Formats: sequence, structure tokens, C-alpha cells
Amino acid sequence: MALTYDEVVAKYEPVLGLEVHVELNTESKMFCPCSTIFGAEPNTQTCPVCLALPGALPSVNEKAIESTIKIGLALNCSIAPFSRFARKNYFYPDMPKNFQISQYDEPICINGYVDVEIDTDEGPKVFRIEIERVHMEEDTGKSLHVGGATGRIHGAEYSLLDYNRAGIPLVEIVTKIVPGTGKYAPQVAKAYVGELRDILRSLDVSDVKMEQGSLRCDANVSLRLIGSQVLGTRSETKNVNSLRSVERAIRGEMIRHAELLNKGERVVQETRHFQEESGLTRSGRSKEAAEDYRYFPEPDLVPVAPDAAWIQTLRDGLPERASIHRKRLQEAWAVPDKEMAAMINADVLNLVEASVDLGADPTKARGWWLGEISRIANDKDLAISDLSITPSDVAQIVAFVNSGELTDKLARQVIEGVIAGEGTPAAVIAHRGIKVVNDDGALMAAIEKVCAEQPETAHKIRNGHLPAAGALIGAVMKETKGQADAARVRKLLLAHLGQAE
Amino acid sequence: MAKALAAGDITSVALTQVHLDRITSVDTDVHAFLFVDTQGALAQAAAVDAKRAAGEKLSPLAGVPLALKDVMTQKNVPTTAGSKILEGWRPPYDSTVVTNLRANDIVILGKTNMDEFAMGSSTENSAYGPTHNPWDLTRIPGGSGGGSSAALAAFEAPLAIGTDTGGSIRQPAAVTGTVGVKPTYGAVSRFGLIAFSSSLDQAGPCARNVLDAALLHEAIAGYDARDSTSINAPVPQVVNAAKSGDVKGMKIGVVKELNGDGYQSGVRIRFEESLELLAKAGAEIVEVSAPNFEYALAAYYLIAPSECSSNLARFDAMRYGLRVGDGEGASAESVMNLTRKAGFGREVKRRIILGTYALSSGYYDAYYGSAQKVRTLITQDFDKAFQKCDVMVSPTCPTTAFKIGEKSNDPIAMYLNDIATIPVNMAGIGGMSLPAGLAPEDGLPVGFQIMAPAMADQRMYLVGAALEAALLTKWGAPLLSKIPELRGK
Amino acid sequence: MSSLSRDDVANLARLARIQMSEEELVSLSHEFTVILDAVARVQEVASADVEPTSHPLPLRNVFRPDVVLPSLSTSEALSGAPAQEESRFRVPQILGEE
Repeated sequence: MALTYDEVVAKYEPVLGLEVHVELNTESKMFCPCSTIFGAEPNTQTCPVCLALPGALPSVNEKAIESTIKIGLALNCSIAPFSRFARKNYFYPDMPKNFQISQYDEPICINGYVDVEIDTDEGPKVFRIEIERVHMEEDTGKSLHVGGATGRIHGAEYSLLDYNRAGIPLVEIVTKIVPGTGKYAPQVAKAYVGELRDILRSLDVSDVKMEQGSLRCDANVSLRLIGSQVLGTRSETKNVNSLRSVERAIRGEMIRHAELLNKGERVVQETRHFQEESGLTRSGRSKEAAEDYRYFPEPDLVPVAPDAAWIQTLRDGLPERASIHRKRLQEAWAVPDKEMAAMINADVLNLVEASVDLGADPTKARGWWLGEISRIANDKDLAISDLSITPSDVAQIVAFVNSGELTDKLARQVIEGVIAGEGTPAAVIAHRGIKVVNDDGALMAAIEKVCAEQPETAHKIRNGHLPAAGALIGAVMKETKGQADAARVRKLLLAHLGQAE
Repeated sequence: MAKALAAGDITSVALTQVHLDRITSVDTDVHAFLFVDTQGALAQAAAVDAKRAAGEKLSPLAGVPLALKDVMTQKNVPTTAGSKILEGWRPPYDSTVVTNLRANDIVILGKTNMDEFAMGSSTENSAYGPTHNPWDLTRIPGGSGGGSSAALAAFEAPLAIGTDTGGSIRQPAAVTGTVGVKPTYGAVSRFGLIAFSSSLDQAGPCARNVLDAALLHEAIAGYDARDSTSINAPVPQVVNAAKSGDVKGMKIGVVKELNGDGYQSGVRIRFEESLELLAKAGAEIVEVSAPNFEYALAAYYLIAPSECSSNLARFDAMRYGLRVGDGEGASAESVMNLTRKAGFGREVKRRIILGTYALSSGYYDAYYGSAQKVRTLITQDFDKAFQKCDVMVSPTCPTTAFKIGEKSNDPIAMYLNDIATIPVNMAGIGGMSLPAGLAPEDGLPVGFQIMAPAMADQRMYLVGAALEAALLTKWGAPLLSKIPELRGK
Repeated sequence: MSSLSRDDVANLARLARIQMSEEELVSLSHEFTVILDAVARVQEVASADVEPTSHPLPLRNVFRPDVVLPSLSTSEALSGAPAQEESRFRVPQILGEE
């Protein structure tokens, strides 16, 4: 029986656990000096180490350690004075050594937290997500499954392996279990991943593009009856590729668990895969027969013991905390909370900020990013960051409107042109011949023509029926190919027809 | 040989050819080599001769030929680690040891036979058939590096490289009457050394005398940034130590737990005799105790298999090596299972399973975890003992070379060959075996082991040279002059 | 004392991805009992106050600068491949998922 979300949260409370993997943006791989550039031809960025040829040995990338410590500090973690790499042993073709060098019981960062603020029925509320650990590991190669119907692994005849990605540094951030979110669990999770992303971006340690895989989220969900102390069985959901998906996946899993529990059935502890199209999860590998990873300290590497001076230098070099940064912007721009939240939610805050840095008025910049540009992105079913319009473009457009070279309406055309790939705003204006008609003479000619064509409407206006002006203004706009300034037209028209504003 | 080359009395090509001929003549019987790189070796030799003719300053061993244990990668030269799973594999890269050999213009004749993946003490575990001890072709040459030591004893090569995880350089040296050294862990780069047990493996020099071994040691040792366990310090002056051989006033510690009780009588006799000679040379013999050594073997047989079970996981038929079972209905998993079944020998499988078990959840603390603690205790024993002496000594192994097939069905008996050598690897210190003479009861070589503290490898060469000189005086000629003539072709 | 049954060995063989015959499983299980007794001796001395060694050398913080160095060429990388297609390693269908 299908339950509604409200029914679910009336009876059960969710407990969350989130694991986020971050691909670092180092130049070379975690354990070898191969390049990490995305999109290279297959197997052109491999060496004996990342191919796991016999005799190869790992060597640790110093920048990766530095980035991980920075992440730990930004997440309020303690940096372990002594940590070690460990081998996680399991067989899989995309993992050449058939073990992954990771960290086990001695991770480099532990016990941190992240605060997120979400909108609740009672107003904004802050949730603290505690971080269990942050540790380093390496990414796997990429497999292409050939021969099956869907290109997925099921039913494929064979697979083709590219090891360019094998060995790229990964940082894993694991939360402690997160109870107490109640019906807001999906939003809290989304806000957490979003906040992590912003923090990581401000540290400049990763591209953090979920769509490209440089930020990956696995969501663990379990339900228990409201008031119970006993934890329910959890499921792990992978393939969550956007912030929106985080929210949907958790919501979906909560409903799925509740439906099973209500029927008296058991939730199976397993890995599930999130399906973008349906918003539901599909069963993957069962975790009940858990593989024994046989962890032991990596004998080819020596322990990491960052000295206090180094950690302090990194701590001193951290950028302003994302939340403090946001507060500062909000004050500087005099933006109400709701608008601030809207920008954060739509993921345009940094774009607006960049536009402002290039000279745009904050309110205008916000208007364009949240308005027209967001609308176009939604229509095209793309993320705003995928559109080819930049903060620089927006700053220029705002400047053009300020100087009168563009009206708001014309600016919309320019935006459309930039997104369509026609070039910079100046190029689009030139190419499309966009021009505000400022010449009163030309405007009067158009106005007179239109009045002559619609005498009854003109007559109505002369008699004081001002709303009718809209139709004539529209006609003048059409006459001038949209290039007239509508406000100016209105003024001239009314004056022409003997009416004041 | 090096002097002759330097003086221009002989070319490297000629010298190399002499050895290639010798290999052709006797290796059918000895089977020290898995691959003889005739073309490559002669090309290298010619290049060295050209450099010398051009007046370039060359290293002391330039142009001298060498046999390389088949566990070190050499670019484009077949490298098998004694296993079927790598049959025909040609690495696309050189190990650092090979890079260093080439930088010294040493000519690599070919790859020598070994126990599969260095697991064994007799070279009987090679997937390509055993090597035969040149002293008695019905007997084992030791292991895992039996091929390298046999090549030396059979005069197929004057220098060789071995690797030692529990005694695989020293024990073959002992039973073939040659010199073999395991340097301090980290002294020689492991990059390109096909891993068996990462925290124990170490490559080292093998030769027919201590000075040659010292020269080779200096050629291959040194810091390597590609090996994170590599020692970042200058190579100790082992050649100077070998040339000095002055042990006056040195304290030589006889390890009570390894003094030969229960060993073959000829082994004891030669050991006692060597001690007397060292005493005559001015050293002081003291007794030291290492009570935790009796646990070393057990700890080794947990640590080494555990690390190897993980190190050998990469042999999965996906990227290189043997692939079995590919075809209709095959899966990556089934191919892995069948390939590893077909490609690994029995001893390797035994150790992988044992290692998998020792690392399993639930058993880690009891087995692997405990074994690593024993290691600490052994290191402490060495530290304490080295406060009383400069080097420690023991017979290298309990018996002389046994017959091929004699112990291969009894793993425990086989493992006992390493009882005196293993503690050295557990603590990461240096160990050398040099010939102490022949056992009277069977006329077979006996080895004398010298152990030095970590980073003090030069002490082994000092004491080794002293003993070697004293023995030479006693015998009147090098021990190997007594080796039976190989029939050959 | 300690022993491994044939099923235990079969489980380990599965973890280690080595297919074994019935004969091998049974005989390994016998051999292990002997070996395990021998190696269990380590527990006699491994008390709680002893630190385990995992490195013979007291090294710490051995790092490599974040600098790109040349990789193998594609043909070198694929030179040992049992099967390849379009510059990738070709492997039979993968049953499990990760």
C-alpha cells in the first residue's frame, strides 16, 4: 500500500548516515606521479604503480595530505598526530591491485561537525551533523560494459577498462549517525551535502561537480518508530548524482522502508542504486554477506605524523568559513533571509557574488541569476552552471542596462543569445543588431502610426481610460522590433494623447 | 676481472661471451637460468667496451657480467618470478636495481631460477623445474634464490643479485659455498622487486668473495624516491670495510639460541672453527642471548603469508600474465579463479590461504597482530644484544644441502631451514653468509652468518673479510676450487 | 587445538579467488592444523603491553611533491594485456557489483 510522506513521518523517525567521497584536484595521483587530467584518451595516464604491475610501489602525494588536513580543519575535526594507510582487500577488475590503499582504524581526521540551516514550520532551524572521520583513499579505474542492452553491468558480454582514473586521490567524509531530523531528513541531508560542497569549493581542493563524479554521496537511511531507542535496519543508496537527488533518494527510501515495515516485512540491509528518472531505488548488492576486507597496515608506506606547526600554518591559511562569508554578503547586500535562502537553494550565490565583484549591483545581479537565467536552465533541464553564461556576462549586461544601452526586455534577448553560444553580450548586441530606440523622433513616428491604426483605442485613452494604453504600447514595441524603451513610449504616448502619467 | 677489463687485457664482449659459453656448457645440468639474454648482454658489453675505448671514466665493475634473480623486473626481458602465472611476461619498466646496474655498466647475462614468488628454501617450488647444486647435482642449491647462487658456484657468472625475505640469499649462499648479503632493510630499493612480503623483502649482492659482494653492494644500494621505505642516507662504506678486514678489538656475539645445538655436526664444527679463527685475528668472542628468537619462525609464517596474500592478489588475469578459462560463459570472477588455480603452485597457494586466514576478521589479533608484536620483541632482543657486541654470528642454516625431493612433502621441515636467518629479516637488520668450509661427513659447503645492526652493514663486510682471509690462509686456495668439475657438454 | 575444516578452507579459497579441487581442500585443511599449531605459539609472548611493529624502520612522513611525471605509453601499458580493445583492457563479463 503506497504511503504518503506525511503518513511515514507521523509514525516513524529516520536516522541518517552520509558518506561523501571527494575527488581531489591535485595535479598528480595519490600514489604515483601520473596526471589526473579529466577526459584524456584511455590508458594514457597510467604507470606501473596505478596499473599494479608486479614490483610497483606507492608513494604518497604531499598535496593530497595537505588538502585532506585542510578539509578536516574546515570541518572542525581533530587532526590525528599519527595516522596510517591500510590495505582494504577485495577483488574487482577496476581496482588493479585488488586491494585499495585506504585508511582503517587510524584515519587522519576525526570528530568534527558541520552546521546546516534549513527552513522548518517553526522557522529557520540549525542542525549539527557530526563527522566521524575524514580519511584518504584512491579512486578506481573506469569500466565500460559492452554488449548488454543498457550499457549497464547486468547482461553485458564483456567490459573494457581504462585506468586513467585509478589512483586519483579520494577523500571520504563519514558522518556519525544523524538522528533527530524527523520529517526534515531529506532537506537536512541535501543541505549538508550542499554545505560540504561549498566548504570544499572555498578550500579549492576539488572541482566538487556531482555530475562529473568529483563529489559522490552515499546515503544511509533507517527508520524506527517514533520514540524508540532501537535502530532500524539501514539501506545504503548509491548513484546519487545531484543535491536534488540526495533529497529525493532519502525521501524515497523513507517511504519504501515504511511500506515494508507497515506490512510487517523486514528491511534488507543492502546497497541500492538511485534511479534518476523514477526517484526510486533499485536493489544492488546485498551487504548481508559482507565481504571480509582483511584490513592491515600498508607495509609499503610509512605513517603520517603531521607536525603541529604545519597544521597551524594550514589552519591559518583557511578561507573564511562559508557560513560567515554568507552572513557578510547578506549584510553587505542588504538581502532579506528569504532571498538569501532562494539564492542558496538555487545554487547561484557564488555566481551572484562573482558578478558583484565585477561591478554589478547585487540586487540586479540576483534578479538576473534567479530570474531569467534560472528560468532558461529549468526549461532546458540543465543546471545553471552548465549554461554558457558567466558572471562576467551578467556584469556587462547590468552595465548596459544602467547606461541605457539595453532595456530589461532587450537584456533578456541578450541573455538568451549568450546562452545560445553567440558570444559575449557585446557580440550578441552587435550580431543581432539590438539597439534601444532612444530617438524620440523615431518613437513619435511609431506612436503616430499606431494611433492611426487603432483610432478607437487612442480615443479611449484621450478620454482618460489609461489601461488601454497597454495595447498601444505593445503595438509600438512591435513596430520598433522590441527595441524601444517601453517606459519612454508610455510617457510619449500619453503626452501625445493629452494625458499625464 | 674488473682489473683486467680496466687494464684492457680483455674486452667485456669477450668476457661476456666466455660466460655465455659456460652457461651453454653446464646449464642443462645446473638449470640456474630461466632466460639467457644473449643478444642483450652482448649489446650491453659492446656498449661498455665502446665507452672504455672512448676514454670515459667507468665504475669499478663496468663490463663485468651478472646473473639477475628473476624476481626483479627488467624492461622487455622475460620476468617470471619462477611462476607460470607470469610466463612470457615482459615488463615495460626496469626495477631500480636494474637501473643502478646499468648505470654502473654491469652486463646482465640473464634471469635466474627461484622458488615461485620467492617462497621456499630449495628452489624446488619453481614452476620451471629445480636448480641443481653444482657441488652435487642431486642436491638442492638452497632457496628461494638457488639459481643466483648456483650460477656463481658453477662459474656461470661472477656476480649475481638475489632477494632475501627469510634467508633466500643467505641460505643458498651457505649451501653453495658462495657469499650472499641481505643489506639493512631499505638500503636497496624495492621498486621493481616483485613483492612477496613487503616489510621483509630486500635485494642484495651475491658473489664468490666478500670484496666482490661489497663492490656490487655499493653499485645497487642507495635512496630511491619511488620506494617509500627506502633509507635516505649515504650508502655505508662497505668496500673500504671489505678491504680492511681488521677485526682487532671487535666483539663478536654468539647467539645462544642459534649456536648450533641440534644442527648437523659438520655445520657445528665449521662454525666453531670460524670462531677460533676470528679470535686469533684479534676479535673477542662473547655470548649473547635472544630469548624471543624461538618465536621468530612462527611469527614469520604469519607475517609473510599475510602480506603475500595481499601482494599476489594483483595476479588476476585482467591486465597481464596468464589467462585461463576465457570463453563462452566465462566471467571475470571465473577467469580469476581458474587462472590462479592454474598459475600458482602448491606452496604459493598454501601461503595465500594461510595469509588470508591470518588477516581475517576475528583472527587478526590472534595471528597477524600477535606476530607483529613478536617482531618488536625480536628487535628488542637484537638491540639489547648489540649493546654487548658489534656483530652477532651463527651458522647460516642447520644442515648442508639436502637431496632434491627429500623435504618437499614436509612443509615444517622445509621451514626449519630458515631458523637462523629469519630473525634478521624480522628486525630489518643486515645479514651476510660466507663459506666456512665443507662439512666433513658429506663434503658439502657450510655457511657462516654475520649479523650487523641496522644501518651498519659495513661491519658485516669487515668481519666477513677477516674470516675469509683467515680461511683462505687455512685452505690454501678458495673453497670453490674444490668444487667437482661439472661434466657439461 | 586450532584447526581449519574443509569448508573453512573453501571459504578462504573463495576470498582469495583460487579455485581448488576437493582433494586440495581436504589436504590443505590437514596441513593447516599442523601449521596453525606451530604458529599459534606467537600468542604465548604477544602480550598487551607490546607494541606491534609494521615497519622495521622508524620512518615518518615520506611524501612526494605533487608534480606530474611521464606515464607509460598506451602500448606499454597494454603490453601485457591478455585481451584489449580500443586501447582498453578487455575483461570477461563482471558478475559482481561495486
